[in-house]
Amino acid sequence: MNMRVYVLRRLLQGALTLLLVSIAIFAAVRAAPGDAADLIAAGGAETALAGSESERAAIRADLGLDRPLWRQYATWLSDMVTLDWGESFVSGRSVWAEFLRRLPVTLQLSIMGIAVAVGLGVPLGVAAALRQDTWVDYAVRVFALGGVSLPHFWLATLVLLAGVRYFTWSPPPGYQPFVDEPGTNLVQFIWPALVLGYSGAGLLTRMTRYAVLEVMRQEYVRTAHAKGLYPGGVVSRHILRNALLPVITVAGIAFATLISGSVVLEQVFTLPGTGLYLLDAVKLRDYAVVQPVIVFFAAWVVVVNLAVDMLYTWLNPQVRYA
Amino acid sequence: MPDATPAPAAAPLSEAAPQPNDAARRALRLLRAHPLGAFGGGVVLLLIAIALFAPALSPFDPVAQDAERVLHPPGAEHWLGADNLGRDIWSRIAFGARVSLSVGFLSVLLGSSVGALAGVVGGYYGRLADALLQQTADALLAFPTLVLALGIMAVLGVSTVNVIIAIALVQAPRAARVVRSQALAVANAEFVAAARIIGAGGPRVVLRHVLPHCVAPFLVISTSALGAAIVLEASLSFLGLGVPAPAPSWGGMLAGPGRDYFSEAPWMALWPGLAISLAVYGFNLFGDALRDVLDPRQRPV
Repeated sequence: MNMRVYVLRRLLQGALTLLLVSIAIFAAVRAAPGDAADLIAAGGAETALAGSESERAAIRADLGLDRPLWRQYATWLSDMVTLDWGESFVSGRSVWAEFLRRLPVTLQLSIMGIAVAVGLGVPLGVAAALRQDTWVDYAVRVFALGGVSLPHFWLATLVLLAGVRYFTWSPPPGYQPFVDEPGTNLVQFIWPALVLGYSGAGLLTRMTRYAVLEVMRQEYVRTAHAKGLYPGGVVSRHILRNALLPVITVAGIAFATLISGSVVLEQVFTLPGTGLYLLDAVKLRDYAVVQPVIVFFAAWVVVVNLAVDMLYTWLNPQVRYA
Repeated sequence: MPDATPAPAAAPLSEAAPQPNDAARRALRLLRAHPLGAFGGGVVLLLIAIALFAPALSPFDPVAQDAERVLHPPGAEHWLGADNLGRDIWSRIAFGARVSLSVGFLSVLLGSSVGALAGVVGGYYGRLADALLQQTADALLAFPTLVLALGIMAVLGVSTVNVIIAIALVQAPRAARVVRSQALAVANAEFVAAARIIGAGGPRVVLRHVLPHCVAPFLVISTSALGAAIVLEASLSFLGLGVPAPAPSWGGMLAGPGRDYFSEAPWMALWPGLAISLAVYGFNLFGDALRDVLDPRQRPV
């Protein structure tokens, strides 16, 4: 397939997915019991049935809730895209401004997390595959399964508990941005990043091991061995170069979805990131915050997936010249 | 047609009368070939037993508070200690197993079945149905799992049933993907064409010929999904959006005001997390072994 056609098709597909995502989010919130007017009239209280009927009707007209659904959707979508996210039902503050303020926390946590995950997962996966069915393989597999099985919030809890109980250490209170206080910032982020990275490493180790095993079984690897190439050369030139391509895809997707773990770790380590923002909004059923933030995360995953696909195509000569 | 009749000399060997302990011997061989999988299976069975016999195994009422036993350390009376409200932790873990496993099984059953059905329909019928279902799956997969679950809980509100729905929705597109690719392969197989030629209708072909061939990938994806479902349930409960209190749930035991007592009573933090990890570990090990057995490509060279 022509490269340009492929890229265009992928872009269209991504756009279509995003459109469906936006319709789903819009529809889901519309289908929820009680609408925004109830929430605002109740002043964000959880029992959202206070406020008089005329008051609510006025708020509905103000928010455009009395217009036809498709018009509401079109307006809503254009607001989402132009980052005109409106104000929180509860605090009344601009959602975009608050989100933007919190984004660096989540980004830093994700970047440090994926660095840990790749740094641990890829070498371990390669080692396990090259020594398949030896104690190295078993040890790595157990370690990787631990990463997949031990829940973030428990590991994080244990880290804090061990710190407080045995080392009289607890994370410095109050989030410090990296640019202001790099030292304090790193101390705050290293533990959540390690916990987040370990679970990502579990996934990456398993994928890397699988990919390397697949490639080791290819005929060209046998040929390389047969023609007398030294084993290290076979591994570095023939096995790794081919096996690590799919790993890039997995790492990219892992990076985009680390946000799930970020929600939990921001909660445990009280880091004021976007995950915690979403969580607090969900608890208050503040749809004005929940909707745009979820749209953003879904868009983020779709865009990162697209970018990873493009990178993969660009890196893989088999696809590039096909 | 000399090709169609099997050589008489070979037949008795492979089709010998089944020995009564043939199955047992095969099972034993599988256990020996997959020690980790066997261990995982054992853990799963143990947890199911604990969940089933929770009332008999629990010396205390899991929700009964007792001011005199607050933060009681582990010992003869409270095997795993008591929490900040004087509730017995072992009893709460045993009853929590019921919550975790039932939410896990129900959500995976619901999600995998819906997903598998969509996958079979899409893979077999192709065209518009397939394109639609694929796009829906893509859209659902665009959400990070916990974010999707949080969104669903925001819309539906906090209750055990809604937790099951949320986890099922996370699971469905994953099952659909796996089953679809299998159905796609089977749909082009000769025996499916043969069934159509002798006049079998669409639903009959799907149910009798395509679906049975999707059972293996369905089992593999469902087993590993169980581990993921248990973590997701525990995460939601931990975040205060899962199974509502006072029902004992493993995730919930690690959350709430009790956290302030963890450094004083570390057993409160230790056991529920171990229970979650053991359950997930068991399902993952078992699922891995199941995949190794059912997917010959992964066997060692």
